[in-house]
Amino acid sequence: MSTRIITPTPSLAEYLPPEYQELVSSGPHGKNLGVEDLGSFKELIEEHPHCAGCGVSLGVRLVVASLPAPEDTIVIGSPGCSFFSLLQTALNYSTTAFGNQNAVASGLKRMLTIRHPDTHKDVMVIVGDGAIADIGLDMTLHSWFRQEKITTIMLDNEVYGNTGGQESGMSALGKVLHMAPKGKSFPKIPMLEMARTAGCAYGARVTVANPRRVGRVVRNAILIAREIGPTYVQIFTPCPTNLKTAPHKTIEVAKEAQNGVYKFEEFLTDEAAAFLEGLAPTK
Amino acid sequence: MRDTTRDSQRPISADQMLFDEPRIEHFITGSEAVAEAVKRAGVEMAIAYPITPQSESMHLVGELYDQGYVEDFYRAENEFAVMAAIHGAALGGGRVFTATSGPGTLRAMEMFPVWAGARQPIVCAFMCRGVSLPPSIQPENIEMSMLLDTGMIMLHAENAQDVTDMILASFAIAEMPEVHLPVGVFMDGFFVTHTREVVQLPPADLCLAPYCSEHAPVPALNMETPPMRVTRDPLLNKSNFVSGAANASWHQEVLAAAERARPHINHYLGGTIEVENPEAEVLIIASGTAVSQSREALRLLSAQGVNAGLVKVRSIRPFPTDEIIAATEHARLIVVPEFNAGGWLAREVKAALDHNSRVVAGPRVFGGMSMPPGLIVSAVNEGMQARGLA
Repeated sequence: MSTRIITPTPSLAEYLPPEYQELVSSGPHGKNLGVEDLGSFKELIEEHPHCAGCGVSLGVRLVVASLPAPEDTIVIGSPGCSFFSLLQTALNYSTTAFGNQNAVASGLKRMLTIRHPDTHKDVMVIVGDGAIADIGLDMTLHSWFRQEKITTIMLDNEVYGNTGGQESGMSALGKVLHMAPKGKSFPKIPMLEMARTAGCAYGARVTVANPRRVGRVVRNAILIAREIGPTYVQIFTPCPTNLKTAPHKTIEVAKEAQNGVYKFEEFLTDEAAAFLEGLAPTK
Repeated sequence: MRDTTRDSQRPISADQMLFDEPRIEHFITGSEAVAEAVKRAGVEMAIAYPITPQSESMHLVGELYDQGYVEDFYRAENEFAVMAAIHGAALGGGRVFTATSGPGTLRAMEMFPVWAGARQPIVCAFMCRGVSLPPSIQPENIEMSMLLDTGMIMLHAENAQDVTDMILASFAIAEMPEVHLPVGVFMDGFFVTHTREVVQLPPADLCLAPYCSEHAPVPALNMETPPMRVTRDPLLNKSNFVSGAANASWHQEVLAAAERARPHINHYLGGTIEVENPEAEVLIIASGTAVSQSREALRLLSAQGVNAGLVKVRSIRPFPTDEIIAATEHARLIVVPEFNAGGWLAREVKAALDHNSRVVAGPRVFGGMSMPPGLIVSAVNEGMQARGLA
């Protein structure tokens, strides 16, 4: 789209809420802004009802601040905590049924390619660990096998947050949670390795403790998905409410994980590497 | 849009397609009738997962993709994924088609209310068959009863001609701005899908004019339709009265939209029901291939000297309550033959009528059994005796 589309006529403008007018006057559309510019532009995300110290809300904020083309980005979600802040973004967003996000995104991306052949419409999946690795695992993997040109982002809080703290496949080995009263009996599902095996052109594992890195990998993932194939980014977004950590220590928890299971890792195919090298340097 | 074979087709309105263009006679199966309709429907994208007896029709739709009549097509990983991906494609503002059968319908079940709730003009064919209890691939339409309250419009085809006309009409009905709902075109598996019959088709160098997403009551999810700060989904019920009321009003609007489909169903298909001999005291009410068997039963009854009539129900949702009340005004016995164990059509008819002790809920066949017209005749004779009409 062009910003002209969101610009109201003068007679209507005065009736629109200030946050909408700000979006038109100082939003990130068409300006090539990134996470490093946070604070200097009207963000795409509004107030949200997440818990204090929520890692997911921070993850959503960092991801939407990193979009290379927010004016042409469409997000497919899933029921769960991520839903609450994604509903509050100035992006076309849809959540349908739990776990089907990569199937919905496949159909959407293909139709947008038919209907808008001359524009890159960046179709992204932004959902939690349960949606990607448990209930929607088949549809996640099949979208990668099929080489759908979409970006899949997991906001991994290692638990079913919205339903009240149950074990997910991404919970840590031994963690005592609802439905895992004796502790989780198997390790975290190796999604990054599975993404590589299933044919993703690019993948990265990061945490909200390193915003600059989140910005870089999200941007890489979207640009590579446009031209080459499916991409995957897994972001650790700690859940103080259900994992019983202090809300003000979310960043500390994420930082500590970077020394363990959330050690930074990134892979890309030769084709993706050549493509990135050919790009002009960006934020 | 890209150049496709479809560009060689002349786009015309649904009215021109269904009413004005000269028809050409073909001798084809119901599955082929599905593909012939899709070929003329200007479908942009189709997605499929194989299941008997749907498979043949979607093989043929795949060939339409290869020939350039459909712009994108793929075989998905399961029916839930098919219906989810078709939903995504429709969110993108284009015309889509898919089909499934029996257990596939049940596997995909979660998506059908999502389609209706998101006001998607998706057209889906259901080649009805048994579901596991015990397993059967044979003709049976119990899956229709499971879809009655999903919010989708439901049309039941009697034969391959109905299949073609209903699929073409369904795109027009589904895409009406005041309707904008999914339409299911149901046909009894094998009896319709695998039987060859004479079908009158409009010329193949014509197709329905493109779907215009700008006319939709909900915006396409393409970042081209302001306002940007929108979710395309029905409102989330956040457990308080105001959001509950907002959610409920959206839900009521889905049901109201289906009501607004009635005049369009009447226009394109000649009525939600079709009545033969409405003055008769004995009436058979049926849908799908049970109508064809009932026509034969009428002939046998006439030879016996019994004056009986027939109501063919075309539209199951919205249900033609007023029309059936009017059509049964003179009826003292109403027999409802069905291809399923549950007897869902009889329940619908009974719920619509006063004095529903007039209704005989049967005969019903299932598990792959055929329905000999004699079975219907026996039900009529027994019903007449029980009511002192013989």
